[in-house]
Amino acid sequence: MDQVNSTNGYKNVVSMRGIIKRFPGVLANDQVDFDLRQGEVHALLGENGAGKSTLMNVLAGLYRAEGGTTMVHGQVVNFGSPREAIEAGIGMVHQHFMLVPSQSVTENVLLGLDEPRFRMNLSRYNRKIEEIAQQYGLHVDPAARIWQLTVGEQQRVEILKMLYRGADVLIMDEPTAVLAPSEIEELFKTLRSMTVQGKSIVFISHKLHEVMDISDRVTVLQKGKVTSAGIETKDITRADLARLMVGRDVVFRVEKKAVDAGDVVLSVEDLKADNDKGLPALNGVSLEVRQGEIVGLAGVAGNGQSELAETLAGLRLALEGRITVNSQDATNKPVKLGIRQGISLIPADRTQVGTAPNLSVTDNVIMKNYDQEPIGQGWIVNSLEAIKYASELKEAYDIIVPNIDTSVRLLSGGNLQKVILAREISSEPRLMIAVQPTRGLDVGAIEGVQKLLLAQREAGAAILLISEELEELLSLSDRIYVIYEGEIMGEVVDGDIDKIGQMMTGTRLEQIEAQGVA
Amino acid sequence: MDLLIILASGVATGTVLLYATVGEAFAERSGIMNLGVEGMMLIGAMSAYKVTAATQNPWLGLLVAMFAAGAISQVHAFIAITLQADQVISGLALNFLATGISLVLGEGLTSLRDVVPQLPNFTVPVLSQIPILGKVFFDNHSIMVYIGFIFVPLAWYYINRTRPGMHLRAVGEYPAAADTLGIRVYVLRYYYVFVGGILAGLAGATISLSISPGWFGALTTAGQGWIAVGLVIFAQWDPFRAAFGAYTFGALRRLVLDIQGPSTLLGLANPFFYNPHYAFFLKMLPFAFTVVVLVIGSREANRKRIGTPAALGLPYIRGQRGL
Amino acid sequence: MTESEMKKPALGWRLPFSIRIEPRIDNPPKWFSPMLSVIAVVFALLIGALVIWLGGGDPWAAYSHIARYSFGSVGVLSDTMVKAIPLMLVGLACSIAFRMKLWNIGAEGQFFLGVFGASLVVLLPVLPEDAPQWLFIITMIISGMLFGALWGFIPGFLKARYNVNEIISTLMMNYIAIEWNNYFIYAVWSEGGFQMSRMFQRNAWLPRLSDLGTTMPFFRGLTTHMGLLFALIAAVVLWWILAKSQWGYEIRLIGDNPRAAEYAGISIKKNIIFVMLLSGALAGLAGMSEITGVVHRLQGAISPGYGFTGIIIAWLAKLNPLAVILASILFGALILAGREVQPSGIPTLIQGVIMVALIASDYFLRNRVTIVRRVEE
Repeated sequence: MDQVNSTNGYKNVVSMRGIIKRFPGVLANDQVDFDLRQGEVHALLGENGAGKSTLMNVLAGLYRAEGGTTMVHGQVVNFGSPREAIEAGIGMVHQHFMLVPSQSVTENVLLGLDEPRFRMNLSRYNRKIEEIAQQYGLHVDPAARIWQLTVGEQQRVEILKMLYRGADVLIMDEPTAVLAPSEIEELFKTLRSMTVQGKSIVFISHKLHEVMDISDRVTVLQKGKVTSAGIETKDITRADLARLMVGRDVVFRVEKKAVDAGDVVLSVEDLKADNDKGLPALNGVSLEVRQGEIVGLAGVAGNGQSELAETLAGLRLALEGRITVNSQDATNKPVKLGIRQGISLIPADRTQVGTAPNLSVTDNVIMKNYDQEPIGQGWIVNSLEAIKYASELKEAYDIIVPNIDTSVRLLSGGNLQKVILAREISSEPRLMIAVQPTRGLDVGAIEGVQKLLLAQREAGAAILLISEELEELLSLSDRIYVIYEGEIMGEVVDGDIDKIGQMMTGTRLEQIEAQGVA
Repeated sequence: MDLLIILASGVATGTVLLYATVGEAFAERSGIMNLGVEGMMLIGAMSAYKVTAATQNPWLGLLVAMFAAGAISQVHAFIAITLQADQVISGLALNFLATGISLVLGEGLTSLRDVVPQLPNFTVPVLSQIPILGKVFFDNHSIMVYIGFIFVPLAWYYINRTRPGMHLRAVGEYPAAADTLGIRVYVLRYYYVFVGGILAGLAGATISLSISPGWFGALTTAGQGWIAVGLVIFAQWDPFRAAFGAYTFGALRRLVLDIQGPSTLLGLANPFFYNPHYAFFLKMLPFAFTVVVLVIGSREANRKRIGTPAALGLPYIRGQRGL
Repeated sequence: MTESEMKKPALGWRLPFSIRIEPRIDNPPKWFSPMLSVIAVVFALLIGALVIWLGGGDPWAAYSHIARYSFGSVGVLSDTMVKAIPLMLVGLACSIAFRMKLWNIGAEGQFFLGVFGASLVVLLPVLPEDAPQWLFIITMIISGMLFGALWGFIPGFLKARYNVNEIISTLMMNYIAIEWNNYFIYAVWSEGGFQMSRMFQRNAWLPRLSDLGTTMPFFRGLTTHMGLLFALIAAVVLWWILAKSQWGYEIRLIGDNPRAAEYAGISIKKNIIFVMLLSGALAGLAGMSEITGVVHRLQGAISPGYGFTGIIIAWLAKLNPLAVILASILFGALILAGREVQPSGIPTLIQGVIMVALIASDYFLRNRVTIVRRVEE
């Protein structure tokens, strides 16, 4: 029996009441209520760490709540595993795709099902999957292997996987984070066509404009609590939502002082490099960054951004082209030499690349100057100097940690990023390459990071900001380059978001301008 | 020195490596590296021999060997899967433990040489008449050799063309993805470590009941378990390549023995005939060859994108980002 | 973030409490880790006792035998130290490599090459027979460490250059090392057809405590040799390298996160080779001190698996060079007195159980286990 809300006649497919979920040291969901009506797109809005994904992981059976009840189609449920949730018709598309790269689309769709029993008759299932794909306009080749697909196609496989299992509730966790503007449009079309066919969708996001675009209703979470439950999207403004999300008025523009750009610090000419798989990732990138400016690099994830950052820092072999830093050749030079010349890199991956998880805060902040006076003396690391240095940074950057001997794996994301920034900025770099410096941080921490970057700009550093968040690029950068498939599509000075969007999908600036004239 | 005899003997002794290698490939495909193969083989060889000595039934010995090695493999499974410890160090520990147990329980078995029955040898009627191949593959081999011929394609089919095989691969490549779809990652990993143990036990029993019958303490396996771990990398986790590697190794071991026989080699005076002490250098060959094979395997793994199961060696913790 | 409820529901229904397991969010106190190791060892000895008892033996007798014949008098204590010397050095060799997550399990082979390198000096001969003792000792140290280092270098190079799995390659090098020595034992330096070389002359022996017996009667008959000094110096030097030096910092960083090290401009390949050289040299020194301090001739069966016990020692010492000294003495006692315990596999078995218990106990370093009373739920 479906539960019918007596006041307005809507059918609730899902209703969650008083959900409590704890993680060691955090209360991720504190008495959360949530309702999902049939045929709606319900946005779940909140900052990073607000508890959106946790709540939906409870619904999808990945976590077990410590309190509260969940009802699906009027029945009380308590999922012990994602499989039980899927059997009840609830499917989740995770932010990190849950696809096995070496297997085909069909294999991924069939994974975990009871049928086929033993022998895989792939060609038969290929056809079956093709049919469902047609029905919802999800174009993808069932025989292709996952690693051969674009990110957008992989997302379609994820949706297909859930549809094949007969899911009528689809949870999309930050689905647009990895997509180009045109792909986002296509995704929204698919989502709308699914609601028309009776499916209900939870759309998790922290991006206000998308929520305004796609959702029928919105529930806002803040620090694990609901601040607004199921308001009609058409009845609310973007500013209201922002306030509900953050708990205070948000300034959308960052204060940016005028700084005159100085000499060219970084100049890249026709740079080519391969990715880890040995396939071309950079196909002739040229760009320039001057003293006292922040230059943004926009692009959908996986178009060569991380390879560019690594090549600039000397971590990846440049096959062709030239990198010049402070008018000295820096092509394929040892990483150490780059560090000495004042190149600093804030890596995208804080835990995998940026820090050594089991070492102390002290050991992590001296990573780049352990062999330099005053910390490095002859053969030894002067531990007194190192401790002094770490304590200073802890104060200056407000790193919240019981003491500097603590292993950094125990730090929160924001504090970990402060450790990295403290290390990178304190070396007074002349060129700073920041890759996704605010990803996964809460609003307070984001503001802090952005202020630090702007302060560096005023101090005369040249900053290359690589980000997938267009809003961030627009508010911080003086100029923006757009990268697509390892090539620079063009450069925008006025923050023209339409042009950036078109370039992100592979149209060159010249082509756009030619069309504009014609 | 007869080339056919060397190849035939290679197939026979290689069968031991074959079972151990494919067993380890199963465990590693599920994401668990088990360095305890040598110890598990010893357990298998010892218990097969001990049970056969007591019951005079080699088949019972074989069965017990498989279960004993499978059971001891679960120590590693528990430490690596449930306790999420480092798989390298846990595998080494299993090796010590299993070697210790088999030495303790194997005390006094060495002297039983002539009273323990072996698994049967036989010649396959029609197939053995095929020129060359018949002599190498079907002439007076242990039944374990013939089972090996059937086992390899079955293992390949299981891994690549069946539903459980697909789940096995998924668990080793991306356990989180498998988990969200209701595949029980922990259970499967325990299971395939067990399968690896069973096959290592089978390999050990094949030695002590058939290929070189007897119990000689740690010398029974003489490092073959470690060679198997190396072969898995060369085999790229594929049963057919494992079979090729195992038989080649077997032939090499035999060649090393036989090369000392003739007084001339390719028309030249045979140095191994005139100075038997050079045999020590010959004995190094299988081990040196393993290193060479590793170099080849590693270079290939670097070149090809699909090879090492992506989650190999990493504990799976539900809810942790990334894997 | 990890599942916090790994408690077993089946048990939970019946018991008035449940066990809650959570990942630690702070570092455990400093005393916790050593205490855990001690508990693990005690636990392992209890299991060993159970095994002996099941095998029809008397565990109390076996253990008191081990205790008496390893610590019971100055004489046996000295013998225990003699066994502990090679263990300390291979334990250090393993510790330094494991610190970098470089799984050198070839200490046994590097030990054998150290034996070979030292023997070479006497048997080739490199030095004239009547060369002074100090010159012999220095030359043998250099030669032994050099050959051990060479044996470590080969897998190190293969790892750095071709990314060859060092676990297998170091292990294969063990077998090759045995055959290498055998060739020289049987074919080149065999004395009168026996499977051993001639006895080294006295000036190629390491001085022992008993050599002091003529002036200080207390030391009379004590076998502890100068190798102990090498081992203690090596432990302190290694501790200094790891804790204080820039190289030690690099090793720790690579061991914890190689990608972060690369990003900090530290060459991983270079460090792989250097660490394998050092690790091999230490194991080679162990071989040198054993051959010149105890055996005094090149022969087979010099090591009862020192290289492998070194792995367990390194783990028991939590890769801390100073703790290796203590752990080695414990295992020295086990090996010394364990020789007479029947059946002969018992010491290996106990080592295995200790190692399993140690690794399992690490779980409590990473997770906090609390017992929660049912009422709260």
